[in-house]
Amino acid sequence: MSKKHSKEQKAEPTLDFNSKLKYAAAPESASIANIKKQYDLYINGAWVKPAKGQYFETHSPANEQLLSKVAMAGAEDVDKAVKAARTAYEKVWSKMPAKERAKYIFRIARIIQERARELAVVESLDGGKPIRESRDIDIPLAANHFFYYAGWADKLEYAFPGRKPEPLGVAGQIIPWNFPLLMAAWKIAPALATGNTVVLKPAETTPLTALKLAEIIHDAGLPPGVVNIVTGAGATGAALVNHPDIDKVAFTGSTEVGKIIQKALAGTGKKLTLELGGKAANIIFEDAAIDQAVEGVVNGIFFNQGHVCCAGSRLFVQESVANKVIRKLKDRMESLVVGDPLDKNTDVGAINSAEQLKKIQEYLKIGVNEGAEMFQPSCSIPSKGYFCKPTLFLHTSQSHRIVQEEIFGPVLAIQTFRTVEEVIEKANNTPFGLSAGVWTDKGSRIFTLTTQMKAGVVWANTYNKFDPVSPFGGYKESGFGREGGLHGLLPYLKLA
Amino acid sequence: MSAGFAFVPWNEGLVKPHLFVLLTFNPRIMAHTSTLYHPSISPPVDQIGVEERCARFQTRSIKNETKTEMLKLALSMIDLTTLEGKDSEGKVKQLCYKAMHPHDILPGIPQVAAVCVYPTLVRTARKALKGSNVKVAAVATAFPSGLAPLKVKLDDTRFAVEEGADEIDMVISRGKFLQGEYNFVFDEIAAVKEACGKAHLKVILETGELSTLDNVRRASDLAIYAGADFIKTSTGKIQPAATMPVTLVMLQAIRDYYYETGIMIGMKPAGGIANSKLALHYLVMVKETLGAEWLNPDWFRFGASKLANDILMQLVKQQTGVYQSLNYFSND
Repeated sequence: MSKKHSKEQKAEPTLDFNSKLKYAAAPESASIANIKKQYDLYINGAWVKPAKGQYFETHSPANEQLLSKVAMAGAEDVDKAVKAARTAYEKVWSKMPAKERAKYIFRIARIIQERARELAVVESLDGGKPIRESRDIDIPLAANHFFYYAGWADKLEYAFPGRKPEPLGVAGQIIPWNFPLLMAAWKIAPALATGNTVVLKPAETTPLTALKLAEIIHDAGLPPGVVNIVTGAGATGAALVNHPDIDKVAFTGSTEVGKIIQKALAGTGKKLTLELGGKAANIIFEDAAIDQAVEGVVNGIFFNQGHVCCAGSRLFVQESVANKVIRKLKDRMESLVVGDPLDKNTDVGAINSAEQLKKIQEYLKIGVNEGAEMFQPSCSIPSKGYFCKPTLFLHTSQSHRIVQEEIFGPVLAIQTFRTVEEVIEKANNTPFGLSAGVWTDKGSRIFTLTTQMKAGVVWANTYNKFDPVSPFGGYKESGFGREGGLHGLLPYLKLA
Repeated sequence: MSAGFAFVPWNEGLVKPHLFVLLTFNPRIMAHTSTLYHPSISPPVDQIGVEERCARFQTRSIKNETKTEMLKLALSMIDLTTLEGKDSEGKVKQLCYKAMHPHDILPGIPQVAAVCVYPTLVRTARKALKGSNVKVAAVATAFPSGLAPLKVKLDDTRFAVEEGADEIDMVISRGKFLQGEYNFVFDEIAAVKEACGKAHLKVILETGELSTLDNVRRASDLAIYAGADFIKTSTGKIQPAATMPVTLVMLQAIRDYYYETGIMIGMKPAGGIANSKLALHYLVMVKETLGAEWLNPDWFRFGASKLANDILMQLVKQQTGVYQSLNYFSND
């Protein structure tokens, strides 16, 4: 063997992840996306032009290219959609035997699976997330949600023994841009299974997969008006929320908008669920499986460019292992591939919009000004499109804005702690309470933490794991109501 | 010293390099002359996390020039191996020729790293490989079971080295390891290391008999601290042989030791890696765990015999666009 096998000691051993074997481009073909030049509104089982004839553009955040023009629904269009949903609810959907409802939902699930590749490409084109994630996580999970709730449709009496579950009527649903198809599935599947009809508004920057879902729902032969998709911006959402004939509002998005909706609904009798922001604590104890914990931290904050309401954006590391964890984290970040969302090797894709990128960059400045030490890996980012390097902030404290506020980007704020009591107090010391992560080899400590964390989901020795069977939702300013699992049926039912 | 650090939690590190440098200039010599291994230095391993990470390596898409480069690199890392009771001098000579000339029709094909044989065939291999850079590796220490007295193991090792082996692949005493007799295993490795002289020592953990990834990690740390130049998964005689999760845990042990001391240790997964695609995923794992310095036959090897022809087949395909049948590749 070479002379390198001599046992000399290097001063500061470093690892080099970049000088050898750079992965050649491996792009998924964009041609299967099959995106139309223009999309109308899907109302009452048909594609309808918006009353005012207005359309807005949707772009790819990875290269700023125009993908399609999409109808801007106004109050008249929303009214038309709600009326269609009301008629469908009263005449068809609420009267249909539950096992028949289930068949339609199963059919949606199966068509999603059949068109999975196309949906994955469209999701990555329109939203900027890596194709690996849309292919392996978003699309399969969306199909699974429909499968799961299809199973519940004719078993609701068993879900709530001794009670008589009844649908609410028309649900107005507003979803965010971070998991466009998946959030549509989270909203539509339980609503349909419980016998409600739906008017759904996708986010302005990512309308395309919801429109593809409208095609799928159409192909599945759902009765007209059971699901209506109206595209548009904030005004469209407001028209939907404030429509007098809506029985239920389900919103996923920012805490700011969530508060506006809650105010608007006060006193109206409309039922509401809110799934809002988060600033989750990911906690590593000294006895944890460190390499796997580091991987979990990476998945926790850099998954979907950190555009995840339950992202583990605050890391707490026990001080005795802090140096080791931070060193490993930095090295792991060096091997992340940042770039073209359609490349199969991309780990971190494009930031969803110019606006969001600007917000993240603001926070990077704030972090530096607050005196935190910033680290970014040496990777280069594409010159076109909206990209942000994965970022760590070291030496942060509870009073820093980058620790308190939701950044919704690939930015992790790191603090150390000494005792269990201390970390529980710090982790809960936030207006949010959506999720948390605990990394320890000690089972009893997991239970101590999970009972004391004020968070809707606490992951132990893993992070960002989703399953249709598991309920998801928040405490405090992260919202209320649960989506997923048996709990996810409740927001769409009255129990007599 | 040894009494003290049994109580040191693993995360503080077994070795404080700066202290040892003052004493001996070499923490590893210090490690295997003065003090033994304690499992508390090995961190726990989360099996599900390891498997997820491995699945992620396997989603890497290797194309075009990267694929060609990685295939050639993988070929250059192979220890062509024959370890059968019926091995003959003729078979070893054929294997040695194949090692030096994997596929002469295709230009730019590297030689493999080494030929691995039993000690009695080392001389034959040494002679056949004369003038080439291909190393001779010998399995020793009562391979594959390791169930022999230390004296026999040391004699076996010395014999192989005297016959001209560049590298010794030893097996650990798995029974003692599983009994918790870490010091016994440690001493044995240290003694074999001494018997190796200038030859490099690969320590086979036989991970298929260790049952948990926690044990794999402990055995890796033990072997490294006792003086291994390389750690190796398997003899190839026990199933399962090398797997990606086991290899990842061993690479992480190597990385932690490197962080701690700046000393590089080599890695050799052996057995079970029969096709190119899997081999490339192993290289992805090395690249993303240890980085560029380990992407080199000096620091990473594949213990495999069938792999070579599959790689050659892929290389021909890369160049010509079509697959040829196995009939076009020599079967030695």
